[in-house]
Amino acid sequence: MTRAVVRYDTGDAPPPKVDMSTTLAWFAMPSPVLTASGCAASGRELDQFFDISAMGAMVTKSIMLDARSGRATPRMAETPSGMLNSIGLQGPGIHDFIEHDLAWLRERGVRTVVSIAGSTTQEYEDLAKILRQHEGIDAIEVNISCPNVADRGQVFACRADTASGVVASVRRSTDPSVPVLVKLSPDVTDIATIAVACDRAGADGLTLINTTLGMVIDTDTMRPALAGVTGGLSGPAIRPIAVRCVWQVRQALPDIPILGVGGIRTGRDALEFILAGAHAVSVGTVVFHDPSAPMRVHAELAVELAARGFSRVSDAISYAHRPEDADLSSDAEDDELNPPEWV
Amino acid sequence: MPVQVRGEVVSVRRAGQYFVLTVTAPGVAEITRPGHFAAFAIGDLESSSLILRRAFSIYGVQSRGIYGGTMDVVVADSGPGTHWLTQRRRGDSLDVVAPLGRPFSLPREPVSCVLVGGGYGSAPLFMLAEQLRARGCRVDMLLGAATEEKLFGVLEGKRIASMVTITTEDGSLGEAGRVTDLLPSVMAKANAEVVYGCGPMGMLAAIAGIAGERGAYSQCAVEEAMACGIGVCMTCVLPVIGDDGVTRMVRSCVEGPVFRGERVRWDEVGTIPADTYGAPAGDHR
Repeated sequence: MTRAVVRYDTGDAPPPKVDMSTTLAWFAMPSPVLTASGCAASGRELDQFFDISAMGAMVTKSIMLDARSGRATPRMAETPSGMLNSIGLQGPGIHDFIEHDLAWLRERGVRTVVSIAGSTTQEYEDLAKILRQHEGIDAIEVNISCPNVADRGQVFACRADTASGVVASVRRSTDPSVPVLVKLSPDVTDIATIAVACDRAGADGLTLINTTLGMVIDTDTMRPALAGVTGGLSGPAIRPIAVRCVWQVRQALPDIPILGVGGIRTGRDALEFILAGAHAVSVGTVVFHDPSAPMRVHAELAVELAARGFSRVSDAISYAHRPEDADLSSDAEDDELNPPEWV
Repeated sequence: MPVQVRGEVVSVRRAGQYFVLTVTAPGVAEITRPGHFAAFAIGDLESSSLILRRAFSIYGVQSRGIYGGTMDVVVADSGPGTHWLTQRRRGDSLDVVAPLGRPFSLPREPVSCVLVGGGYGSAPLFMLAEQLRARGCRVDMLLGAATEEKLFGVLEGKRIASMVTITTEDGSLGEAGRVTDLLPSVMAKANAEVVYGCGPMGMLAAIAGIAGERGAYSQCAVEEAMACGIGVCMTCVLPVIGDDGVTRMVRSCVEGPVFRGERVRWDEVGTIPADTYGAPAGDHR
C-alpha cells in the first residue's frame, strides 16, 4: 500500500532526538499522540494517509452494546475555531465492532484504546465483560460524558456518585491487566470532585475532556441549526477549557495518568497539555482539517520539546506546576532546563 | 485511494456566478473518475478559525501539461470559507485531499443517458459526459437553475452533448420552470435508459422518482454537509437501503456521494426512519 502524506517542512535541521515514549498507567506507547474517540472512526480511513500503527494509540469511536442509528441530520455546525456535533453515538454495536474493527486493528498491529458507552451502569458492565474475552485491547476508555443524549440526567460524568458507580463496575468486570481510563465532561461545577470520585472507584487514568454542550441558531430558518437542538462543541475554541481541566485535576490528583484532549492542532498545543499535567494527548477535530495530524503533531511536539531543552517528553509532564522558586535555583548561564524531580 | 497533497493555485477564473479554481494536485488526476470530490483546507492551519474542509465535486483533471497534474473545481462564493477560496491567486498554496467518495457507475453497454445538473451541481457531469461518449453512449444534458447567472457549463454542454435543454425558474434562459418538469420529455426523446443527476436533494428525489417510473436506472450525487469528507466524522449521513433491504444511515462521503436513486429514502432525508438499523424505539427524530 502506498501513501502520499503531506511533509511539513521543518527546515534543514535533522529531527530532534527526544525520547517521545510515555505511559497511561501501565500502557506504554512510543508516542504521546493518540487519536480522539469519535474523530477517527476505527482507523481504516486514517490509515490511508499515514501508518496508524506508528501513533501512540488509536482511540476508537465509542461503541455501545447494540447497533445505533444516531441522531437525525443536520448533525454538524461550524463555529468560530470549532464545530458542534450531534451524532448520537452511531455505531454497529459491540459484536460487529469486535468482529470487524477490532480484528482489523489487531491484524494491523495498531495499539488500541477501545471506547465504550452505555445508557445504564449495567450496559457498561456488559460491554466490559464482552471485551474481556478478546485480545488486542491496550486500554479501555469509558465514555461517561457524551453530551448527545436525550436526557442530560443520563450523563454519568455530571455527578460523582453516578460516575464512580460506572467506573467501579467497569473496573471490576475488565481484565485486570487492561487499564481503564474514564472520559470526563467539562460541563460540571468542579471537575476535580468528579475526578477524585473516579480515582477512588478504581480508574487507572482519566481522559480530559469530552466536548462541551453548545448550540447554534440558524438565522435563516430562525430555528436550532442541529436536528438534535444541542451538540458538543469541539476544536481549538475549547482548548483553554481543556487545559484548565487538566491543570485542576492534576492539582487534585498528583499521580493519576491523564490523556489530554480538546482543540489540539499543533505540537505547541500538545505541549501545553503536557505541561499542564497530561501524560499523552489525543488529537480530535483537527483530523477533519488535516487527516495526517497525529503524525504531524508528534513531529512538531518533538521540535517544541527539544527547543526547551527537554530530552524526554516524560520530563515535561506537569512541568507548569513546578514551584515558583524552581526556576531561580537553576544556573541562569545554563542553557539546559533541569526539570525538577518532584513531579 | 485519496491522497493529501500541497497544491498550488494555477488560476481562479469567473464563470457566471461561480469561480473555476485550477490547482496542481500531483497524483490526483490519474486516479480521478467522474463523481469523485475534493476537500480543501481553508486558511492557514495555525491561524484559520474555519477548521472544516470545503468539499467540491471535481469538474475536470489534466494529468499532463506544464503544471503536471492539475484539477478543476467549481466554487460558489457562499460563505467565508468559499469566499477565501475564490480570493486565492496564482501560486498560492492549498492543502487538498482527493479524490474522495464513490464515483458514478458507467454502463457497460452504449445506452442512451440523460445528465441532469442543478446550478453548479452540473460540474462533475462534463467529465462524465466525455467518458460516456467514449463508450459510445448517447448523451443528452438537462441543466437548470433559478436564474441564468446560476447555470454552469451551458456552452461546454453544447459541445459535448447531443442535445442540451436549459431551464431557469425565472425564465431568463431556456424554458421557464425546473429541470424535473422537462425530464420526462427529454428522456422520452432520447429513449434514455440511464439518468445521472447532481444537485439539491429535492431535485435528486424527483429525478429518482421519474427515472423509476419509466423503468430507467438513476445515479444521483448528493450534496450533504460534511465536516471531514473522509469518513470519520459521521455527520453527512442519510437513510439508504442496502442490498439486504435494510435501511442504514450511511456516510455520503465514502459510501456516496453517488447513490442509486431508488436506494435513497429521499422523503426521509434529515430523519431517522423508524425501521432504520439501530433506530431508537419510539423516537424517530
